[in-house]
Amino acid sequence: MKRALIAAVFFIAIGLLWQAAVSAGLWSAVLLPAPADVWDYLVSAWDDGSLVQATGVTLRRLLIGYGIGLVLGIPLGFLSSSLEIVEDSLGTLALGLQTLPSVCWIPLALLWFGQTEGAMLFVVVMGTMWSVMIATATGVRTIPPVYARAARTMGSRGLHKWTRVILPASLPYLLSGMKQGWAFAWRSLMAAEIYVTILTGFGLGHLLHYGRELNAMDQVIAIMLVIIAIGLIADKLMFEPWEQAMHRRWGTGLRGSR
Amino acid sequence: MPYDGTVRTGVSAGVRPAKLLVENVSKTFHTRRSSVQALDNVSLRVGEGEFVCLVGPSGCGKSTLLDILAGLTLPDSGKVSADGEPITGPGRHRLVMFQESALFPWLNAVDNVMFGLKMVPGLNKAQRREIAEAHLKLVGLEKFSRANIHELSGGMKQRVAFARSLAPDPQVLLMDEPLSALDAMTREQLYADIQRIQQQRKKTIVFVTHNVREAVCLGDRVVLLSPHPGRIREDFPIPLPRPRDINSVELAAYATRITAALKGYVKPEVAE
Ligand SMILES: Nc1ncnc2c1ncn2[C@@H]1O[C@H](COP(=O)(O)OP(=O)(O)OP(=O)(O)O)[C@@H](O)[C@H]1O
Ligand SMILES: [Mg+2]
Repeated sequence: MKRALIAAVFFIAIGLLWQAAVSAGLWSAVLLPAPADVWDYLVSAWDDGSLVQATGVTLRRLLIGYGIGLVLGIPLGFLSSSLEIVEDSLGTLALGLQTLPSVCWIPLALLWFGQTEGAMLFVVVMGTMWSVMIATATGVRTIPPVYARAARTMGSRGLHKWTRVILPASLPYLLSGMKQGWAFAWRSLMAAEIYVTILTGFGLGHLLHYGRELNAMDQVIAIMLVIIAIGLIADKLMFEPWEQAMHRRWGTGLRGSR
Repeated sequence: MPYDGTVRTGVSAGVRPAKLLVENVSKTFHTRRSSVQALDNVSLRVGEGEFVCLVGPSGCGKSTLLDILAGLTLPDSGKVSADGEPITGPGRHRLVMFQESALFPWLNAVDNVMFGLKMVPGLNKAQRREIAEAHLKLVGLEKFSRANIHELSGGMKQRVAFARSLAPDPQVLLMDEPLSALDAMTREQLYADIQRIQQQRKKTIVFVTHNVREAVCLGDRVVLLSPHPGRIREDFPIPLPRPRDINSVELAAYATRITAALKGYVKPEVAE
């Protein structure tokens, strides 16, 4: 409760500073709209349905792309941690591709898939899977060997070993890898939506793009706020409960012990 | 009397068949900078139901020998067998209590104990839980069955680990300094518990410790190792009646003799 209060006070203070800057008239209203203008845009975009629709389109792409990225990245990470041949081949490739900014995939995606939904998904998957794969492989390699040894003496082998020992033991890394993957997916999708103008659906990135074309700063800032809010909410809803459950179990991340 | 390299049986093992047999085992570890001969031509015979304690200075290969008996490490040369069958890998009938805590932090206490039971054929979930709870009770932790591992003290963790290795009812228990992290009071309680459990359940136990008194208190035999390279030096039978009290005078007399022998092997190494 106290922490929610701290966060609330902090964000209200930012809003007040913003309003103060506008009132002081340092910048023209075209460059820095007032908080109230941004709010008005949000309300009207909500009312005419464009905001809800764009958010829906964006989230659908994000969840599908992220899902595919996880489904490919996690098993590849496990494979690369246990088979040297995969580590030396795909693992090295992943390391290189992970450093490639996801915007760089867009020209290739456009040539391969054209102005389609497929191009969009491709960029998100490429932005997600390599970092998830690397985080998973690192996680498995960091497991204290004594866990695997204990499991072996108790007769745990094969699938049982992977699902009951290696997967849970690498959970802390897996979770932070999934979180990082989520951030990368979000970034790649926004890049894709800004650059790929497609007819299959109008996402938040497109609203942002057209806000710039129309010189509508209130729209630009409003959409940026929506994107930030979605990122925060997703983190709180998707990752925090898991993280907290894990911290309670493992006894890690306790603030008092720091 | 120095150890002559032949397999000796000790007093009480004479009538027992060999449960574990180590014959002329050597093991060298190669690292990037050097190689260490952890075990050099080691032979050891452990009878069925026998309690053998391994004592020796740090680095003399005790954990390595235990790993080889567990089937987790393969020797470079020599033979190891259990019940006459060569040991080629881990087996459910030889369970290890590791030197460092090997409890799984993602499971609570009772689920940790249940883990090893999953691989025991013919048990359903309710039976596994019942066996696990019974073993937590055996080590006095029935109230903590739902506790997370990090909520337990060091001594409680060792008790859970003990319960976990006992629950699948293995024939052989390989214990690597299981009590060294505990306070004297808890340890004395566990000496009594371990002796009682071994008498009741007829386990064959190989037990590693730095504490000579502890070894004399628990072991039917105390086997002395020396480092660089790891060799078996002497094999002391301990024909004291059980249950033994760690503070008894007879026990102290044995401990003094063994400690003196141990010092004889350690000193030249230190002077080197
Ligand atoms: N995996 C390994 N790689 C390299 N060297 C090793 C390895 N395991 C053990 N050694 C070396 O082998 C020797 C014996 O080690 P071991 O762990 O068996 O000793 P120990 O008698 O159990 O010692 P302690 O009482 O300190 O536990 C040591 O010199 C150690 O450095
Ligand atoms: Mg050791």
